[in-house]
Amino acid sequence: MSLAIKPAAPSGVEALARLAAGRRQRNLVTVLVLAGFCLLLLLLSLGAGAFAIAPGRVAEILLAKLGLAPQALLDGREALVVLNIRMPRLLLGALVGAALAISGALMQGLFRNPLADPGLVGVSAGAGLAAAATIVLGDRLLAGMALKLPFAALPFGAFFGGLVSTLALYLIATRNGRTSVATMLLAGVALGALAGSLTGLLAYLSDDRQLRDLTFWSMGSLGGASWTKLSAVAPIVLPLVIAVPFLARGLNALMLGEAEAYHLGIPVQRIKAIAIVLVALSVGASVAAAGVIGFVGIVVPHLIRLSVGPDHRLLLPLSALGGAALLVGADIVARLVVAPAELPIGIVTAFIGAPFFLWLLLRRGRIAEI
Amino acid sequence: MGAILEARDLAFSVRGAALVRSASLALETGQMTIVVGPNGAGKSTLLKLLTGEIAPSRGEVRLEGEPLSATPAWQLACRRAVMVQNQKLAFPFSVYEVARLGLEGVGRAQGRAQKDAIVARALDTAGVIGLAERQYQTLSGGEQQRVQFARALCQLEAGRSLAQRQVLFLDEPIASLDLCHQLSLLDAAREIAAQGAAVLVVLHDLNLAVTYADRLVVMHEGAIVAQGEPSAILDDELLRGVFRVSLSFSRLPPAGQPFLLPQQHLSGLGSVVPMRAAGG
Repeated sequence: MSLAIKPAAPSGVEALARLAAGRRQRNLVTVLVLAGFCLLLLLLSLGAGAFAIAPGRVAEILLAKLGLAPQALLDGREALVVLNIRMPRLLLGALVGAALAISGALMQGLFRNPLADPGLVGVSAGAGLAAAATIVLGDRLLAGMALKLPFAALPFGAFFGGLVSTLALYLIATRNGRTSVATMLLAGVALGALAGSLTGLLAYLSDDRQLRDLTFWSMGSLGGASWTKLSAVAPIVLPLVIAVPFLARGLNALMLGEAEAYHLGIPVQRIKAIAIVLVALSVGASVAAAGVIGFVGIVVPHLIRLSVGPDHRLLLPLSALGGAALLVGADIVARLVVAPAELPIGIVTAFIGAPFFLWLLLRRGRIAEI
Repeated sequence: MGAILEARDLAFSVRGAALVRSASLALETGQMTIVVGPNGAGKSTLLKLLTGEIAPSRGEVRLEGEPLSATPAWQLACRRAVMVQNQKLAFPFSVYEVARLGLEGVGRAQGRAQKDAIVARALDTAGVIGLAERQYQTLSGGEQQRVQFARALCQLEAGRSLAQRQVLFLDEPIASLDLCHQLSLLDAAREIAAQGAAVLVVLHDLNLAVTYADRLVVMHEGAIVAQGEPSAILDDELLRGVFRVSLSFSRLPPAGQPFLLPQQHLSGLGSVVPMRAAGG
């Protein structure tokens, strides 16, 4: 029996084409459902809170802003709340959620491990340490000069910390232009522990007010959102979105292993370097803008993988959408549970994410063999 | 036209251990070259050197006259496809998707319908078209090996529009296959050679090697000790020296194809028990 290259039986090819078309159709439905869900959350989020506004009213205000409804709607207190308080908060939440979820998906692709996460390789911990140092030491340093620490110093500190820890990690794990994933994972754990212990030391040194700042920041919050903050974060997250289509093919090939990806024609080292820098940027930026928010990077890509499969061409953009939805949803919960006060959003995501992570670990044998 | 791939005086060592000491060879299109040798002879390392996965400590590999080190990854990918021994996959891709990964680097020129057709043909050739929707991780080792073969075929076919001549590398491609699929995979590889590619296969089974090889390369302790037409280079002395076995060496009618039957190992490890094949 010879199975040499020959035209496949037409029935087989046709069946395959039908299957592929069916899969594309199912994926399109998933995209549409997710997008619709995001739109719904948007209306809910702009209306929900201590000062409740009905979703219909929110829609009217948005249409008025776009010039599609009477302009008189824009004068009231409701419009002020929707457009100047909740809108930047919503967008910041969506941006941070998208950035965290994409970083998670990138890390998992890079490490070929569904349990990888920016938190895992010490990027979040490094950003956290730098922020804590800014709060505790910066205050003291400036007090000597009779200055008050500007709030803006915190985001920059966190961003800087994220970048430094990623760079350190990369230098440790890269020899002769090759990054060892195993070394990187282990070095990430060590660096994360080091950053954690230094953060603990800073907490020990801090006074009561600083400790309170530190605690709230480490639990994550979208409370400080403003148009100014948003315009500082958006340019950092944008490159991530632009690079995604280029990275998707490379990450797909990497699933077979680094040597195999190279054989397939993928510039492996370049893909890895770009992914690492993008993760540092987006995690640094989002930690800076909203504090430490965990589990988005691990929960979202996994759910997306369950519904559309592991192809990064779909996984990356849909993770962005899903991450935005998760964080906006969690923010709604955080605002409603103890209204008129609000919970730090990190508590909500951890409450959802930690059990999910455990469930993932328990059924891990079925999703990966590493 | 000259050889598509030329390797001159290759050497590769890691921390003082010479894995490949001296290897020169040329691959011709239309030919199936089979590399044999005992464990640790350097077969897989040679393959890695020839595919560009690792750089030699000495010597040079040229593909279409250009040094591998100076050729960008995507261009290499158009000119050669590789099926390695590693079959692990981190995420739950379907068989169809795994085969399609062969197009990630070189498939930019093709449209969706064209890609679908390439994948379907490759899956059919590898005999796994019926498994297309199955999750790769749930397959048996042999089935996974055939899917990886299909992936390499996809790459080869997609690259054909961008490269005039191609090489296919297969590292122990039949290690987990049953007899029927061993033969069908090697038949498919020979057909690819007949269509104008150069094919290099690392094999353990000497009888299959002599059956399928246009050119046999025998490796021993990091060096190529013999290469040429199988019946011309294989003799009792070579087999004793390289493989440490005594073989009964005969030729099968009508073509006089060499046929080898292992008689006894000469390794000196443990007690020497005669290994007699039934009916030998």
